[in-house]
Amino acid sequence: MLSAASDAVLAADAAPNPWFDPSYVADNWDTILSYLGEHVRLTVAAVVLGALLALPLALIARRSRWLAAGVLGVSTLIYTIPSLAMFAFLFPVTGLSQTTVLIGLVLYSLVVLVRNFLAGLQSVPADVRESARGMGYGPVRLFWQVELPLALPSFMAGIRVATVSTVALVTVGVIVGHGGLGQLITGGFNANFYRAEIVTGAVGCVLLALVADLLLAGAERALTPWARQARS
Amino acid sequence: MNLLQDAVRYLNDPFNWTRTNGIFDLLAQHLRISVIAVLVAMVIGIPVGALLGHTGRGGGFTVALSNVSRAIPTLALLTVFAVTPIGFGPRATTIALAVFAIPPVLTNTYVGFRGVDRDVVEAARAMGMNERQVLLRAELPLAAPLLMTGVRTAAVQVVATATLAALVAGGGLGRIITLGFRQLDYGAVLAGAILVALLAVATELLLAAVSWLVTPGPKRLRVGRVRTRPTDAGAVPVTP
Repeated sequence: MLSAASDAVLAADAAPNPWFDPSYVADNWDTILSYLGEHVRLTVAAVVLGALLALPLALIARRSRWLAAGVLGVSTLIYTIPSLAMFAFLFPVTGLSQTTVLIGLVLYSLVVLVRNFLAGLQSVPADVRESARGMGYGPVRLFWQVELPLALPSFMAGIRVATVSTVALVTVGVIVGHGGLGQLITGGFNANFYRAEIVTGAVGCVLLALVADLLLAGAERALTPWARQARS
Repeated sequence: MNLLQDAVRYLNDPFNWTRTNGIFDLLAQHLRISVIAVLVAMVIGIPVGALLGHTGRGGGFTVALSNVSRAIPTLALLTVFAVTPIGFGPRATTIALAVFAIPPVLTNTYVGFRGVDRDVVEAARAMGMNERQVLLRAELPLAAPLLMTGVRTAAVQVVATATLAALVAGGGLGRIITLGFRQLDYGAVLAGAILVALLAVATELLLAAVSWLVTPGPKRLRVGRVRTRPTDAGAVPVTP
């Protein structure tokens, strides 16, 4: 099969190493899909858990300036810890598992989420809250029917930022073997700098972030129909 | 805990610090890469941000820039640069880190210059300052706090991200972590993690002090005061 010419090319160490190779994608479709699945699962779980944790934290932080400074200070400190070190810290406890990556991602998402949730809650005008209370709204109904809708744009902005950075951050999970599409990036690097694999992983991450952001933007539009009516 | 003891033992061994590619060597590499990357980002980001903020144009551009840069995994750029003719090593790492450090510097500079009171600019012009003087002597001091916030954000992010270079055969303190994982020496992994985390926190504190020093006007300690503005304008660093 091999002709003399291609032998010469191989001998000159100029084996083709294209930046993108459709046949690579076609041949490894199942592998790519499973890494993509892991990437999506980790991102969704991290942002959902992050939001579930951030909401009570923001509600607590709203009660006083000192609590706010404490909650935001701690989450900012966590954010300072490099991701590789974070996974290394968690590793002795949770081992080479997806849980290690997930905990790290949730902790990182908190800084953006708590900040935006708090800003959203604080942006609710005091007199609106006051009049709702005057109309007999209890604390739960006040939150669900008055504060949440008004704070939603800020909430959604936080969730969008957190989602996009989480998608990018999942890749660092390669250190414990669960980096989603990041596995392709380091995999290609270790497979003698196989560019097609690296680029597939990298482009996949960026596309995933883009799609997630668009979906969330759509969700925000659907959830706040009044904002659209006011603008038009 | 056993691992913690291992980590302390690793850190207590002077040989681990002084040998070739020991902690001192790796720390020097780490700092050299980080400092160059931040300086490059400042050289590019500050003038561009200042001009955009001064003229009031390009707001959409800065927001788009910080959003796009957030979506690109640092690991991807580090790896992609390493397989281009740049080759893997300190140069590829430095370029990749500088690319990620530009958006926070540029965005914060832009916001700082944009936020200068228009009356101040008018007054400066009325005093006979030319455009250059307005930019450097009226707007720059007023934009300094936000500009420094950008530099601080970028620097902490660069120091933290430089760790990732070790995943693609680069240098820096991250090497202790990746090497530890490969050699199943988890005490060393923990030791490396402690060193990297301390370095990041030290950078944050050092630059907080610097930005406090270069801020003109009456100096107040801002410890404990936290701003709660929403972060969609790119104030939050990308992947740490």
